[in-house]
Amino acid sequence: MKASVIVFPGSNCDRDVQVALQKFQIDTTMVWHQETSLPKSDLVVLPGGFSYGDYLRCGSMASKSKVMNEVIKHAKDGGYVFGICNGFQILTETGLLPGALLRNSKLKFICKNVFIKTTNNQTAFTKKIPENKILSIPIAHNEGNYFASKEEIQSLKEYNQIVFQYCDEEGNISGESNPNGSFLNIAGISNQTKNVLGMMPHPERSIDQLLGGVDGQGIFQSLL
Amino acid sequence: METVSVDQAIKLGLTSSEFEKIKELIGREPNFTELGIFSAMWNEHCSYKSSRVWLSQLPTKNKYVIQGPGENAGVIDIGGEDVAIFKIESHNHPSYIEPYQGAATGVGGILRDVFTMGARPVANLNSIRFGRPEHAKTKYLLNGVVSGIAGYGNCMGIPTVGGEVEFDECYDGNILVNAMNIGIAKKDKVFLSIASGIGNPVIYVGSKTGRDGIHGASMASQEFDDNSEAKKPTVQVGDPFAEKLLLEACLELMKTDTIVSIQDMGAAGLTSSSVEMASKGKLGIEIDLNKVPCREENMQPFELMLSESQERMLIVLKEGKEKEAEKIFKKWDLDFSVIGKMTDSKNLVLHFKDEIVCDIPITSLADEAPKYNRKWESTPLPQEIDMDQKLKDLDIKTCLKQLLSHENQANKTWVWEQYDHMVMGDTIQKPGGDAAVVRVHGTNKALAASVDCTPRYCLAHPFTGGMQAVCETYRNLSAVGAEPRAITNCLNFGNPEKKEIMGQFVDVIKGIKEACTELDYPVISGNVSLYNETNGVGIKPTPTIGGVGLIQDVNNTMTYGLKSSDSLLIVVGETKGHIHQSALCHDILYLKKGPPPTMNLQEEKKNSFFIRDLIEKKLTQSVHDVSDGGIALAIAEMCMAGTIGAKISTNLTGPERIKYLFGEDQARYIIEIKKEDLNNLVQMAKEQEISMTQLGSTNLEQFAIDEIKISVDEMIKLNNNWFYNYNSN
Repeated sequence: MKASVIVFPGSNCDRDVQVALQKFQIDTTMVWHQETSLPKSDLVVLPGGFSYGDYLRCGSMASKSKVMNEVIKHAKDGGYVFGICNGFQILTETGLLPGALLRNSKLKFICKNVFIKTTNNQTAFTKKIPENKILSIPIAHNEGNYFASKEEIQSLKEYNQIVFQYCDEEGNISGESNPNGSFLNIAGISNQTKNVLGMMPHPERSIDQLLGGVDGQGIFQSLL
Repeated sequence: METVSVDQAIKLGLTSSEFEKIKELIGREPNFTELGIFSAMWNEHCSYKSSRVWLSQLPTKNKYVIQGPGENAGVIDIGGEDVAIFKIESHNHPSYIEPYQGAATGVGGILRDVFTMGARPVANLNSIRFGRPEHAKTKYLLNGVVSGIAGYGNCMGIPTVGGEVEFDECYDGNILVNAMNIGIAKKDKVFLSIASGIGNPVIYVGSKTGRDGIHGASMASQEFDDNSEAKKPTVQVGDPFAEKLLLEACLELMKTDTIVSIQDMGAAGLTSSSVEMASKGKLGIEIDLNKVPCREENMQPFELMLSESQERMLIVLKEGKEKEAEKIFKKWDLDFSVIGKMTDSKNLVLHFKDEIVCDIPITSLADEAPKYNRKWESTPLPQEIDMDQKLKDLDIKTCLKQLLSHENQANKTWVWEQYDHMVMGDTIQKPGGDAAVVRVHGTNKALAASVDCTPRYCLAHPFTGGMQAVCETYRNLSAVGAEPRAITNCLNFGNPEKKEIMGQFVDVIKGIKEACTELDYPVISGNVSLYNETNGVGIKPTPTIGGVGLIQDVNNTMTYGLKSSDSLLIVVGETKGHIHQSALCHDILYLKKGPPPTMNLQEEKKNSFFIRDLIEKKLTQSVHDVSDGGIALAIAEMCMAGTIGAKISTNLTGPERIKYLFGEDQARYIIEIKKEDLNNLVQMAKEQEISMTQLGSTNLEQFAIDEIKISVDEMIKLNNNWFYNYNSN
């Protein structure tokens, strides 16, 4: 497995995700945002951070950057693309994933461990995670409130694209277990062909017992 | 050149005698630009004119210190090739006027201080203090400051891992925002601000210069009055994205062999950065102001020199390295301009259009800056008062409940969940513990850090309060298993022109000095913030101390949540029941008289060694330092963090029992140990002459003190709700 991690000038989880990929022996190359070609990769990761400052809508400038043309091509050719946090925002801005990430319902940045349920383990990113497995993974965002039109939601359901949903420790998907106001407690979705995944929680922050947990490793193991 | 009047000097914050001194130093009348430059360099914030005399008494060396005060930040050895670089700084005045930007740029400023020296910043901490919760501005200020800290640190991708939040009426008109940052660098890659090499190019990098923040440093050197709102334009506006670019670009440049010296443009912008570099190198500097990148039109020399626009750096390069450096800054889309050179004239010479608009000796700005030995009056130790009548009928459960739900003891999750405290993937102990613990990336060691001060102790007896603030960090570091190595301090006081305020300052310095000396725990950096007064009323003396320690093995750090319902609870250190100035008396009973607890530095040292030894030998299950709220609150906190109960007995009644439970004697820790380790521990304590008392044991779901019982769940509810309730209505 070969991975490319895209580095925007304001990316700040690029190193964290590099550490995680390398921990699972994934051969990882860092790719600067001004590159016009990608190294040969099976997987492209869009890491968390603030790509170009995100003073405009999060991820909107990044979606128009040079390197993203290549990432879009890679996705359309069936290559894996994984967007985490700001990466998820960028993917919705490019149209590779439907919907948008609005400001959190309480209008505050939230950094904490949350529980998410793996509602679809039929993707390349989740295939080694048992179905409906509850994972404890941190979130850290100000704009993670997933929103999509009725039609888009309908389609997400129809094609089984909802991959992770916020829940409580017992797996109940409810208003109380929704940290940011996301529609249907959506924490992560894939595209119809399941080769593109976007999620707000940070699995790369959950691969080391010393840092509080290892529930994120299932995703990296699935990719092997 | 047009000349200026004494009235203009006074408007810029100088005194008439200072104006006379300027004329004498340069042998003529200054022009307006020059006067502005003097006012920027000679204000309290930049010149430390009231505090320098006393600051020089602080101990600044031990075997770990590589760089003490005087640079952008201090540097300590943390083993191998690694050094930790850290500093704390205030951004009080701007944060009161514009809380979001004030706090954000406070974080930005301290980050630059640290990465200017070649370090990658790895941990932010802060100490923030507000007025009474019911004061009309407090909620707005709290929300603004917390969002500002979050907005800047989160975008930069540097975790905010610890800090303190306190409310007290003395901060109604002057909030405190003290930001600390710790970075890590390689020992042979530390960069200083001492310029050298006549003819070497001076470059300006980062964001463009605007009119924001002009007079920021002068504003921070004055008292507030009812018109302080009008000072909004003196507050800088932060751009964390630009700073992220600047950070990466500077660190990239530092890998090349191009830099002679580097200095961030903080308070007093281009003025203080150019003067400081030249002054340290005993050189002159010549700047062509036409080459300064501007974001606004028609900027005048005065404005260019005094602007506090953020995210800018001044670098002296080795000659001929301009192209190599420019390439890196262009890659990061930052401005890069060669604006001048180092000279042998020993003067600051500024060109603008085709004129020389400033030509003054550097020494007159720096070394010759006024230094005042202000009058001061020491605060005597207050007498103890008999409180038994007031304490005898108190209900212990009520006291505990009141403390748990008081804003100063409340769980601060609402605050730190707004900070990204995990980014960079090395946060081992997140906020909320005794000290934050951050792994040194790619190694098996970690840094621990804690920021502390107890202003009520400092007001009652500044000398004791100064010692106590140092000791509290020392204890917090020890409680997580770290060896305390050095401190940084942020000294927040009122108007030093009043002898009692100056006396507080002097006493606190003496206290810090005594503690640092005895604990071999020197001051390596810091900042002074005076004039924290509004309409003549000053804040409590608040010397915020940021302590940093080293944990050799990350697997050997300790937390304070109880681990098992079948362990023993022990207090290490002597309990005498000192109730004066306790959180119970001050915040709940409003009994604010009497002396703070006595400090015993020998005990501090001995007990810290003992605790660290126990942690290293894996003889403790959990450790918590005893501070606000005494034994009772310390154990309650351990119960809540571990969701396990405790059962202790006092064998006391009446006021004696209250004093025992809520008294705040120093140098104490509560430890949880396995039953089978008790004999071993008793033996160790005996050998090392450590005072140790068994309090009781852990328990299932209740915290029981003698016959009094409260469920852990109830305590959690009381403790967790304050911030959410306060901010939801």
